[in-house]
Amino acid sequence: MHPTTPTTPAPVRPHERTGPTPPPKAARPRTTGPRRWAPLGFLLPFGALFLLTFVAPICYALHQSLFKLHRSGLGLTPPTTVFTGLSNYTEALADRAFTSAVLRVLLIGAVQVPLMLGLALVLALLLDGRRTPGKRFFRLAFFLPYAVPGVIGGLMWSFLYQPDVSPIARALAGIGLHVDFTSDGALPWAVGNMLTWGWTGYNMIVIHSALKAIPGEYAEAAELDGCTGWRLAWHIKIPMVRPALVMSTVFSIIGMAQLYNEPVIMRAVAPNLSGDWTPIMAAQNEVAANNYQAAAARSVLLALVIFVLSFGFMRFVNKRGAAQ
Amino acid sequence: MKDATKGPRRAANPAGRIGVLAVLVLAALYSLLPVWWLVVSATKGSSDLFTGNGFWFAGRIELVRNVSDLLGVQDGIYGRWLLNSLLYAVGGALVATLLSAMAGYALAKYAFRGREAVFNTVLGAVLLPAPLFALPLYLMFSATHVVNTFWAVFIPSVVSPFGVYLSRIYAAAAVPDELLEAGRIDGAGEFRIFRSVALRILQPSLVTVGLFQFVTIWTNYLLPSLMLADNRLQPVTVGLVAWKEQRGQTVPYNLIITGALLSVVPIVLMFLLLQRYWKAGLTSGSVK
Repeated sequence: MHPTTPTTPAPVRPHERTGPTPPPKAARPRTTGPRRWAPLGFLLPFGALFLLTFVAPICYALHQSLFKLHRSGLGLTPPTTVFTGLSNYTEALADRAFTSAVLRVLLIGAVQVPLMLGLALVLALLLDGRRTPGKRFFRLAFFLPYAVPGVIGGLMWSFLYQPDVSPIARALAGIGLHVDFTSDGALPWAVGNMLTWGWTGYNMIVIHSALKAIPGEYAEAAELDGCTGWRLAWHIKIPMVRPALVMSTVFSIIGMAQLYNEPVIMRAVAPNLSGDWTPIMAAQNEVAANNYQAAAARSVLLALVIFVLSFGFMRFVNKRGAAQ
Repeated sequence: MKDATKGPRRAANPAGRIGVLAVLVLAALYSLLPVWWLVVSATKGSSDLFTGNGFWFAGRIELVRNVSDLLGVQDGIYGRWLLNSLLYAVGGALVATLLSAMAGYALAKYAFRGREAVFNTVLGAVLLPAPLFALPLYLMFSATHVVNTFWAVFIPSVVSPFGVYLSRIYAAAAVPDELLEAGRIDGAGEFRIFRSVALRILQPSLVTVGLFQFVTIWTNYLLPSLMLADNRLQPVTVGLVAWKEQRGQTVPYNLIITGALLSVVPIVLMFLLLQRYWKAGLTSGSVK
């Protein structure tokens, strides 16, 4: 049965409440009917499409990942699917190309995410400074790359990296530095730079908005005590924008898993970039080989890794936050 | 600006201020230089493109000719792509925002059994990278012959778990229960209350949800490139990448670059127009 009757007020958390506590309501059984079904009506359109486009594909991938195509020796009869338990998973874990793709992305993320968020935080703090000139211009300038679609940014950078036409390489060659942005060793940095370029401004805006939401009295009180500049930032401001930093980190971790557009576009200028450079690319390779089951197992594995990482990070910082 | 008048004045520290300015200028250069390169390159003819200084204009400004060449190439396919992108992104963002607002509102303002379970499922979906499941979705759609139609891209685009999450936070914080009660006492139906009270209050924050979704759809590459074989249905991102992959053989590089520049214009305009809203929206989203 429905737990809510008009006499029990909705269990809102205290901070969600606006205004004074509502007075106890009189029982009005007439309104029970429509109110009981209203949430269902509101949720139905989203819910139905959510089931179709999120839940169903995940279930389908989980299901597929437990089967294998069994082809007869000559390939004259159509292949049959056979239940094989977790063997797709064990094979994926034993697949050097796949595991090194996961590892590669994790390593790029381990360098790029802290760099990007550190830069975003510094820029946000500088923009928050009272005497910083040209705030509007700088904020817009930093944010502009976010408005450039990732693929278009990728196209731009691929021109800027392309060995024979790169204006950057040419300028560097002019001062005696010969760099190849598409060499094996440079590729992770080149891709990491594309991500940093595209997302620093976005994260900067998120952190900056959080800084603006800090009540002015906090900073004032600290400044009266002689706490200014970087000490003010470190002791007062950064702890107060923690939720925004956590959110940015989680979204960056999730974003890393999806790394696809930038390296795929880079392949046009860096033929040495392998077709299974990132996990999604590796999964797509399996699809191209008509091995959907293996692709599904790889997708599920990657989703699991990312879910554990992002969720684990959230739990970790929340626990530490509660302990402080 | 509130910052200018507040608090005790710190003694000016010229070295520190120059340092701050230097960091900001360097970061601005990093952000703007590639875009500047794009703008400059879009004004060059194919012969000037990769000779001379990449970050400065060549002798002749060929922007107009590039644009007209671009729009004429392959029977005007580029205009078609741009239109497709607009259709997917504007239509998708509008529908996604409405669905998210409805769902978020229900999760914030009604107490019903299983509410937290529904919300946690949605939150779980936020933490899962959707592109990972684009492949199984493709297989499902291909079994039902949705693949290679407008709907194959449009339907997944209108589902935004993140939008629902934001809408719930906004609705919980901004829509007072008393107002809804007052509406009920006046005899208004639940949907009527949502439409005329909640939607109106939520409007500024819903711009944020819509903007996020607009950007997500406009920048999406994996989904449309999987779902669409017919290049007359493709959005501009997929089309441009396909051109680039042909290494300037079918369409010269200067036209691809001009196309990239034009494809950025709508999204930048959108941000500038809605600036007031998205700033407010981001704040309420991050301070949860």
